[in-house]
Amino acid sequence: MPRLSTVEELTEFRQELVATREANRPCVAICAGAGCLASGASEVIAAFKAELAAQGLEAEIDTRGTGCPGFCERGPVVVLHPEGICYLQVKPDDVPEIVAQSLKGSKVVERLLYADPATGERAIHESDIPFYQHQERTLLSSNILIDSRSIDDYLAIGGYTALVKALFEMGPEAVLEEVKQSTLRGRGGAGFPAGRKWEGSRNAPDTPRYVLVNADEGDPGAFMDRALLEGNPHAVLEGLMIGGFTIGAQEGYIYVRQEYPLAVKNVLHAITQAEAYGLLGQDILGSGFDFTIKVHKGAGAFVCGESTALMTALEGRVGEPRPKYVRSNIKGLWGKPTVLNNVETWANVPHIVNRGADWFTRTGTEHSKGTKIFSLVGKIRNTGLVEVPMGMPLQDIIYDIGGGIPGGKKFKAVQTGGPSGGCLPEEMLHLEVGFDELTAAGSMMGSGGMIVMDEDNCMVDVARYFINFLTEESCGKCLPCREGLRQMHRILTRICEGNGRAGDIDTLEELSEVLTEASLCGLGQSAANPFISTLRYFRAEYEAHIEQKRCPALACKGLISYWIDPEKCKACLICMKRCPSQGIEGGKKQIHVIDQEKCDRCGVCFEVCPEKFSAVVKLSGEPVPESLPMAERTLVRGSGK
Amino acid sequence: MSDIHLQIDGKEVHVTEGMTVLEAAQQARIAIPTLCYHETLEPYGGCRLCIVEVEVNGWSRLVVSCVYPAAAGLIVRTRSAQIDRIRKTLLEMLLAHAPDSPVLQELAAEYGAQRDRFAQEASFCIHCGLCVRYCAEVKQAHAVGFIDRGIRKEISFIPEIAARECHDCKECFPLCPTSYVQAAYVLVEALVALR
Repeated sequence: MPRLSTVEELTEFRQELVATREANRPCVAICAGAGCLASGASEVIAAFKAELAAQGLEAEIDTRGTGCPGFCERGPVVVLHPEGICYLQVKPDDVPEIVAQSLKGSKVVERLLYADPATGERAIHESDIPFYQHQERTLLSSNILIDSRSIDDYLAIGGYTALVKALFEMGPEAVLEEVKQSTLRGRGGAGFPAGRKWEGSRNAPDTPRYVLVNADEGDPGAFMDRALLEGNPHAVLEGLMIGGFTIGAQEGYIYVRQEYPLAVKNVLHAITQAEAYGLLGQDILGSGFDFTIKVHKGAGAFVCGESTALMTALEGRVGEPRPKYVRSNIKGLWGKPTVLNNVETWANVPHIVNRGADWFTRTGTEHSKGTKIFSLVGKIRNTGLVEVPMGMPLQDIIYDIGGGIPGGKKFKAVQTGGPSGGCLPEEMLHLEVGFDELTAAGSMMGSGGMIVMDEDNCMVDVARYFINFLTEESCGKCLPCREGLRQMHRILTRICEGNGRAGDIDTLEELSEVLTEASLCGLGQSAANPFISTLRYFRAEYEAHIEQKRCPALACKGLISYWIDPEKCKACLICMKRCPSQGIEGGKKQIHVIDQEKCDRCGVCFEVCPEKFSAVVKLSGEPVPESLPMAERTLVRGSGK
Repeated sequence: MSDIHLQIDGKEVHVTEGMTVLEAAQQARIAIPTLCYHETLEPYGGCRLCIVEVEVNGWSRLVVSCVYPAAAGLIVRTRSAQIDRIRKTLLEMLLAHAPDSPVLQELAAEYGAQRDRFAQEASFCIHCGLCVRYCAEVKQAHAVGFIDRGIRKEISFIPEIAARECHDCKECFPLCPTSYVQAAYVLVEALVALR
């Protein structure tokens, strides 16, 4: 292992690395991100290693566990370099065939390629798959190229060149100017200009100063930062070191949630490697710049993603927010100037330093530049991570990249910005994604969660769900958040259960004002958003629940009934046997009838009734029809009954 | 420390730098309601009742006066329809937990807060943190602390410390706006006696 003490040594080492790596050397890259690992990527990696060894190919073909390329829906993802053949949902059993056909031979295994859902047409290369075609992957594209645990891989693709450029060519003032010019805005939620934040700290007289990585990604369904930290940890370290150098900090902390064990492992490994190479520590590459990075594992509180709570937790105290009328970049960790940016923001920094602010600002909207990673989840065909230029319309993300809504269902809303974001309806699908654009529409960028909902989602229930999440996660320090959420959750629950009262909407609006205006931190100030945005776009659903005791999406258990249409029931016994409450009467050739008293609305009968019969019906806001008298329940074949 | 001039409810106020807006108002004998404030303790910013409107360079916004630093040229308004509405709702949410607290009743009368607007859930503690902070900051005993979080957050005496420290102190008792801390103490005392 080399200890590099000058730039020349690093350059030389990099050249050696590149030279020993033939550009066209075959390599099997298998995503080893958390999503693919959960779908069995470890077994696939092991199978490739075993098969290549059995075939005597291990010396010629590399096997590499990489970071997440984003197409989690179809994991485990395997890419064969240098051809770039992309196989999806690969199982260990597929490995011998891939080795025989594509590695020993030069054929593709058709059945493992991406197939267009409409035309069935196959796509051989990653870049031919529509999911990737419409993306602009500045940050994520390296993931599949490198072994997440290899600093050599990162160096071979040009890693740490931005650090060298910052240390030896630019100096802190020029880096700061470049970052300011790039107008890079914080990817963690608030969208505060990173350059201005850095400048504030740099100019603050107090020392020592600190730089922090917020990797406490806690939004339900969001995993952008996880993929970056797991997949390419050195990029985050490099960004952080450049930030530290720029503001005059010698210590950096990564606050990462404990629930991300692989991210913790990979980033710790990366730090050890960087230290061993002399890229972290004293007098980095002979520049005179000292810098250390420590990893702090969060103890599982969502609110610790909030800047002041994160710093309080880092100081070793209960992770509760504190009032910040003096900004953290002036008075942050231990009362010292502190720059806190999230993982994705830091990962952008090396690119900006290397390619310049002009390159960065070429992409995006007027006030939101660069790309943004979204985690696209929910009722969407292609679940995964997508990186798109700022300004891409929501509909392009959902339909062109996401492949639209599965199961022939109708789009209803997209929830952006995490639990305290908002839900945007179909008429807002033209909206171009950007910080200010989303905020103006009543939602927010947040850290980039994007949850797609279809006609089966009840928007009142969605608001209740997110308010419940926030109620659970409120730290309880300030009254508006603790008590306001308690009351909002109670009222929303009662509306969903069919006990909504006249005046409930007004009370919710008043509570929303108190939360928004009077809460201590960002969590409370934005916590009413799920309600405010669903009320803004789906008021009729609230009114239907309260006034007509009807759930238009047929989702709220307390407001729906299940009923078996006697004209359609074929007395097949399936629902009868599966009903957990034994609430279905009937028998062989006896039309089935749900006992409404016993029914607990679990929906199993609805799920299991064969599609060709579709006899089980959900009703809401209307009485359940009288059951057939016993005498008329006998099914006569061919009579239609 | 230099002198600062600011305006509170139309009145010119002169204070020293480093003071909060709440302290400035108190010095000028302008009443701002508080529940979690105590002059000997670090400002906490928990109850939010001391919310006021400040205007800086023509921009107004709502801030919490117990933690907002007094600054030169600041224009402060301690009452408005919106401020009163927020204070009323805040009080109503507390009255659901401690309907008979004299401090709350007095404030409720001032702001027209209804005692039963929200479903009663008598848990008495209003989480002002006065007992916890007094014990930690003034007595440095840490005999009472908060446990859990959010809507499950509550105060709790630590039996081992309380058995040693509390009997001759009890200085937190008169600070409690709902007398809940006394009840919590009696409970822990009984539990300790049982051992």
